[in-house]
Amino acid sequence: MLRFALRRALSTVVVLWAISVMVFLIFFGTPGVDPALRIAGRDASPQVVATVRHEYGLDKPLPVRYALMMYHLLIRRDITSYVNPGLKVVPEIASAVPVTLSLVIGAAVIWMLVGLAMGLVGGALRGSPIDPLLTAVGVLGVSLPVYWLGEVVNLITQSRLHGSLFSWVPPPGYVSPAQSLSGWALHLLFPWLTLAVLYAGIYSRVFRAELVTALGEDYVRTARAKGISERRVLFRHAARCSLIPVISLFGLDFGALVGGGALVTEVVFGLPGIGLLTYNSLQTLDLPVIMGTVLYAAFFVVLANAVVDVFYAALDPRVRRA
Amino acid sequence: MSVQPGQVSSEIDPPSETPGESPPSGLWRVASGQLAHNRAAMGALLVLVVIVAACVAAPLYARYVAHTNPFQFNVSGTTVSDGKTVPVLQQSTTGLRLGVTPIGPTWSLSHYFLGADNDGRDVFARLLYGGRTSLVIGAGSAVLCCLLATIIALIAGYFGGIVDGVLSRLMDFVWAFPVYLLAISLSVVLLASGGLNVGPLHLASNSLWVPTLIIAGCYLPYVARPIRGQVLSLRRSEFVEAAVGVGASDVRIIFRDLVPNILPTVIVFAPLMMAINMLTESALSFLSIGVRPPNASWGTIINDGIGLLYTRPAVTIAPGLALAVVAVALNVLGDGVREAFDPRGRRFGRV
Repeated sequence: MLRFALRRALSTVVVLWAISVMVFLIFFGTPGVDPALRIAGRDASPQVVATVRHEYGLDKPLPVRYALMMYHLLIRRDITSYVNPGLKVVPEIASAVPVTLSLVIGAAVIWMLVGLAMGLVGGALRGSPIDPLLTAVGVLGVSLPVYWLGEVVNLITQSRLHGSLFSWVPPPGYVSPAQSLSGWALHLLFPWLTLAVLYAGIYSRVFRAELVTALGEDYVRTARAKGISERRVLFRHAARCSLIPVISLFGLDFGALVGGGALVTEVVFGLPGIGLLTYNSLQTLDLPVIMGTVLYAAFFVVLANAVVDVFYAALDPRVRRA
Repeated sequence: MSVQPGQVSSEIDPPSETPGESPPSGLWRVASGQLAHNRAAMGALLVLVVIVAACVAAPLYARYVAHTNPFQFNVSGTTVSDGKTVPVLQQSTTGLRLGVTPIGPTWSLSHYFLGADNDGRDVFARLLYGGRTSLVIGAGSAVLCCLLATIIALIAGYFGGIVDGVLSRLMDFVWAFPVYLLAISLSVVLLASGGLNVGPLHLASNSLWVPTLIIAGCYLPYVARPIRGQVLSLRRSEFVEAAVGVGASDVRIIFRDLVPNILPTVIVFAPLMMAINMLTESALSFLSIGVRPPNASWGTIINDGIGLLYTRPAVTIAPGLALAVVAVALNVLGDGVREAFDPRGRRFGRV
């Protein structure tokens, strides 16, 4: 088990390195993209562009620039933005993390509760009219564009019904829990619900499918044959085994969301998290910030992958030998 | 359907059909028959056909019914509402009386059915045109994604060894990238560089190929991984060993033995991928890094409507609803296709 975990950690490091190279090449190796031109401005003279290129070290060969960037990003941690020279990238990311974590954790609690409950009821009540109804709700959740749903929620809570039903909804934005716990929850309530709709749809579908498969397995038939109550069969036998793939999926989704996958939700609700930071720096092609946020994102996704793999290996010895 | 009871299922359930029998007419006939009896799936198909037909007819609508050009600014135009001639952009009646508000929905098909946007363009006509773009990109990237994924999966799974190692690692790298971040990074770079130049190939940055290729590439591992697993288990199956034994060439084994067996999986993926791809395209366009003007898509129209959200919400709501309806229809159809090919309702591709 320890050997497996070590091997997995090593491959995680390799994947992270490969991703950093990939991001670097996307932004610095694509022909036609010249960061110097962007920093110097639209109508800069060739001399100015040459000075900028030299000052920012953009005239050095690619591998040297990669090494320099990673050195400043990871070891010195003093890399600064191209667009806003006073802005240090690493503290900027660190201050955005709590916002994204608040959004994702809250949404995750909601979607796990709702999604699993829907899947459980749907799977247990197969054949009754409730099952297709829940399936339809799940499909709807999966099919709604998140950012659009967010805008419609804004329309309803901020404008149309703001005078009556939703007068308690604060304007979009973020309040830290240290400042006001209730303000924090109130500001995040609708972003949580909006983000949770999509994932509740996905999880109810996955969990129901797993449950239906499990209920048809031999061990469930055996359990029933032993005379165990149907409720016990459902919870202790079928649901438990069906949860394993759901939890691994959850690990991956959670990692991707914390890594900036909630970008559109953050943009729509004006939450200053990693997603919004990435989005803003993409608008100005602020390469150091983008490198920082994308590497941070990849870190979470790869970490989540690794955790899920180790979790699987702990449950199933066959995986360790693969 | 003929299910082989003794068939080994090592990682993934191979599609239940007689191995080596090509073409597997039985499976296809049974599946299409079952699909035709699935009322939800047929309803979804009907909805899709109606929406596609409406979008295809967009130029006819714009020309003969609405009499507008939805790609031309019409700031000083007029239209008819409640029998009166009114300007398309009306002087603001609130606040400082500065600025203009576009006309709202008139619910008359020949006069700005869903109202106008900030540039005085007919929202309903743009919706139909935008649907063409969204559907083309969704379908194009889904087909491209499934095709490339199949090729990669076949090569990696069949040849194995170092080829598989390299391809699988590459897929892992793309997989480790959050889809939105990868798509956004690629879009931003391609837009900033004014398009893509690879040798003789030139793609303008407002070409629809740019979002299509980016989206197809980002979702490649999601399709390639399960198919590769299936190819791997087929590679070890007895009928492929037998084909190797009688001296069949690689090409023959791939096309006569493997492709017919993985085709159902690929087909099941297609509608679901199209739904996901359309949602991704619209999100990119909403962030104004997907479809570029003069083209419009449902995502760009939603983006156009954001500034008008509180005054003229129809501009935002209508394309989002259209998108949701198409996505629901595709998901329902996809579920139907999956059930038709896999009667046990088991999710495939999960190790």
